[in-house]
Amino acid sequence: MQVIFDSLPYLLEGLRVTLYIFCVAIVLGFILGLLLALLRLAPIKVLNWIAKIFIDAIRGTPILVQLFFFYYGLNSLEFVSLDRTTAGIITVAINAGAYFAENIRAGIQSMDKGQTEAARSLGLTATQNMRYIILPQAFRRMLPTFTNQAIISLKDTSLLSIIGIADLTQQGNVVIASTFKAFEIWLAVGVMYFVMIYLLSLLSSYLERRFELR
Amino acid sequence: MTTMIEVKNLQKKYGDLEVLQDISANIKEKEVVCIIGASGSGKSTFLRCMNRLEDITSGQVIINGQDVTDKSININKIRQEVGMVFQHFNLFPHKTVMQNIILAPMKTRGISKEEAVKKGQELLAKVGLSDKADSYPGSLSGGQKQRVAIARALAMNPKVMLFDEPTSALDPEMVGDVLEVMKELAHEGMTMVVVTHEMGFAREVADRVLFIDKGVIVEENEPVELFSNPQHERTQSFLSKVL
Ligand SMILES: Nc1ncnc2c1ncn2[C@@H]1O[C@H](COP(=O)(O)OP(=O)(O)OP(=O)(O)O)[C@@H](O)[C@H]1O
Ligand SMILES: [Mg+2]
Repeated sequence: MQVIFDSLPYLLEGLRVTLYIFCVAIVLGFILGLLLALLRLAPIKVLNWIAKIFIDAIRGTPILVQLFFFYYGLNSLEFVSLDRTTAGIITVAINAGAYFAENIRAGIQSMDKGQTEAARSLGLTATQNMRYIILPQAFRRMLPTFTNQAIISLKDTSLLSIIGIADLTQQGNVVIASTFKAFEIWLAVGVMYFVMIYLLSLLSSYLERRFELR
Repeated sequence: MTTMIEVKNLQKKYGDLEVLQDISANIKEKEVVCIIGASGSGKSTFLRCMNRLEDITSGQVIINGQDVTDKSININKIRQEVGMVFQHFNLFPHKTVMQNIILAPMKTRGISKEEAVKKGQELLAKVGLSDKADSYPGSLSGGQKQRVAIARALAMNPKVMLFDEPTSALDPEMVGDVLEVMKELAHEGMTMVVVTHEMGFAREVADRVLFIDKGVIVEENEPVELFSNPQHERTQSFLSKVL
């Protein structure tokens, strides 16, 4: 027990890094996902294809390979210099974005056509319809899926320790290197992840209740 | 009286299926025109071509002097003047009744919220739902929903109102309230095109009834004339089934 208390400052520092990377990546990922979804549905074929290829490429390759590509691969080019954290955030964000995109697209397409017809018959533009009518309803419906993806992304951040980002997992490694208490420390690290994810799902069910379709 | 809607040689195809064939019609200002016909005859398609919810294959629809088939016109501007009421209401479920009503006037015409709400209250009073302003559509009955949908369309001060079977999805005891609101509108001089199976309404309120079959207007006349003395065999056989 004592060893956990002694190493707590290190672990909490790692937790801070994990949370920081997660928050930035999930917000960027969401924006990217929304953008990709709209491109997928845009009335311009080329844009549909670009978005689709991008999404398929991300979903069709392991996240670890993407991480190595963004960190080692891109950095090996002369004109690129990405620090670890940036490469890590990009990886998690792009991954989340690709999955968000497909969820959002499905959510938009599952909307009753009558909603769009009513909006357009009132003179609202396609953009206004998307913004005020379709997306608000689609997002509410998609909340559970969003939570799912957020949880996956949070767990994905743990992979970033491989390129030396001092996140919660990496800090666990560091502490164990000096204390040799693998059992206690990994247990503590696991509990910390679990608590974060539990809080995420609480937040999600709160939001779901709050925005329940009336 | 001036012409409000002029339809010239309207044709609509879905792929090879010709749903509307060479339809021409004139709807005058303040006129109430009912469209009747069997299921699948093209009534909804005809109505939806008027505000270009359906793309028009060939021909013209001219509303209040503006050709909706002209690619260079702003269709959104025209739609602001053409109210539409749907069979399944299509209220926005994530918005309250009042929000449903004020959204379009605020977003498309830049009207202030106070002004939009004031107008919204008047309209809700008119359709008998003043107490429902803050309710969500999900808590309303079908008849109430449809009256809100009418108020929502009226909030844009349309020059024409299109109704696509506004009472077909309602329980029988709700139909009367909605028809009552529509009658009042007609008496106030609103130009209305109403696709309906309510022959009683057509007889009482319509200035003219169009009978559509297989994508053509087979016969048109004043309601009393059309119902009591149909000229075409197809009209006769349709009416014998519904009257
Ligand atoms: N999107 C579409 N694609 C292909 N065919 C369609 C489409 N919409 C309608 N149709 C066809 O066009 C014809 C006319 O349909 P429409 O909805 O206008 O009929 P209606 O007279 O309104 O019938 P109802 O009384 O059942 O509402 C029907 O044969 C229908 O199957
Ligand atoms: Mg129809």
